[in-house]
Amino acid sequence: MAAKPKLWYFHGRGRMESIRWLLAAAGVEFEEEFLETREQYEKLQKDGRLLFGQVPLVEIDGMELTQTRAILSYLAAKYNLHGKDPKETVRIDMYADGTLDLMLMVALAAFKPPEEKEESLALVVKKAKTRYFPVFEKILKDHGEDFLVGNKFSWADIQLLEAILMVEELDGSVLCDFPLLKEFKTRISNIPTIKKFLQPGSQRKPPPDSHYVEAVRNVLQL
Amino acid sequence: MAGKPKLHYFNGRGRMECIRWLLAAAGVEFEEKFIEQPEDLDKLKNDGSLMFQQVPMVEIDGIKLVQTRAILNYVATKYNLYGKDMKERALIDMYSEGVADLGEMILLLPLCPPDQKDAKIAQIKQSTTNRYLPAFEKVLKSHGQDYLVGNKLSKADIHLVELLYLVEELDPSLLANFPLLKGLKARVSNLPAVKKFLQPGSQRKPPMDEKTLEEAKRIFRIK
Repeated sequence: MAAKPKLWYFHGRGRMESIRWLLAAAGVEFEEEFLETREQYEKLQKDGRLLFGQVPLVEIDGMELTQTRAILSYLAAKYNLHGKDPKETVRIDMYADGTLDLMLMVALAAFKPPEEKEESLALVVKKAKTRYFPVFEKILKDHGEDFLVGNKFSWADIQLLEAILMVEELDGSVLCDFPLLKEFKTRISNIPTIKKFLQPGSQRKPPPDSHYVEAVRNVLQL
Repeated sequence: MAGKPKLHYFNGRGRMECIRWLLAAAGVEFEEKFIEQPEDLDKLKNDGSLMFQQVPMVEIDGIKLVQTRAILNYVATKYNLYGKDMKERALIDMYSEGVADLGEMILLLPLCPPDQKDAKIAQIKQSTTNRYLPAFEKVLKSHGQDYLVGNKLSKADIHLVELLYLVEELDPSLLANFPLLKGLKARVSNLPAVKKFLQPGSQRKPPMDEKTLEEAKRIFRIK
């Protein structure tokens, strides 16, 4: 029997959170090793397990995968969440890349000085409301289906839900002009695996706080 | 017969160049519609051609694709440059992402404030010789094969060789201690389709100069 995937990262969202979401949504149990000291990080590097000296690192199927998008694509394909043909796959990729860009802005904002951080987060909300959410609202409106691509649950739906929840943490009213996204949010949140992940005690991580930022700076010596 | 892919971007490298390289290396003829004025970009936005209001955009097989990675992955799949199975794809993706990370730093260099530029260049050179080139040299050394993955040309090789040319433009001495990478560069450069692309008169774009930078800033309304 295959071992569970093992995730190496800091004890927070960062660039690993989308990977946790995807695994959880796919109903895949996974283990986590949290990087808390510089020594742990240096050992990973010295052992040659980090191709470019960076985390996220996911051990899966005998591979030591790094690079967030490479990991996400592999998992999406493995768990049949990447469309049934290249045209569906490319749509999923376009949507997922867009939402990932938005969420990485949030992750990076945590590391900026207070004023810049405020500005960055305000920009995220603005982009969500004007650039990203209108697109997804229209996609759902145009085909009238439950999921973004091919009338089937995919990686794109998981990413969009994650992004919606993340932006709502910054501005609770962000979905007020997007009725179909509101329904989408409810619908996807109710998928059993996702419902479980959204409950307290799951492996979902909280928004970054100063504690998390300090821990990361310490390990990476930033 | 399907029309040629049509690339929408300004007349410079930017985020479209890696797509030009991949199509060229795959032997695929493509057309380009250059955005020359801010109004051209506005028009594309207003007629709904740009999903997230951004270029690159590539019209191919009846779809208007955006997001550089989505476009590259679609092209790679279509032209068999994406490995033979999921595991090979994962390695190709991992290597491609590493190339993209260093490529991004080089891409954004022209936008760096003048007083920070020297420090930025030093940082890029350091990342190149300490982090990225050693990683790829090690991959080639580990299996001794001609290409990064599965003993067959893939998008990873094409992206890496494109990057090696960029590194060489920045500082040729950076490649000095990487014999296997030099070998890969020569080998891929000699593939007929790539050789053709590397010759003057191809659709390959030159390094960004002051004039092109000003044009890009104007079109994209960057201050």
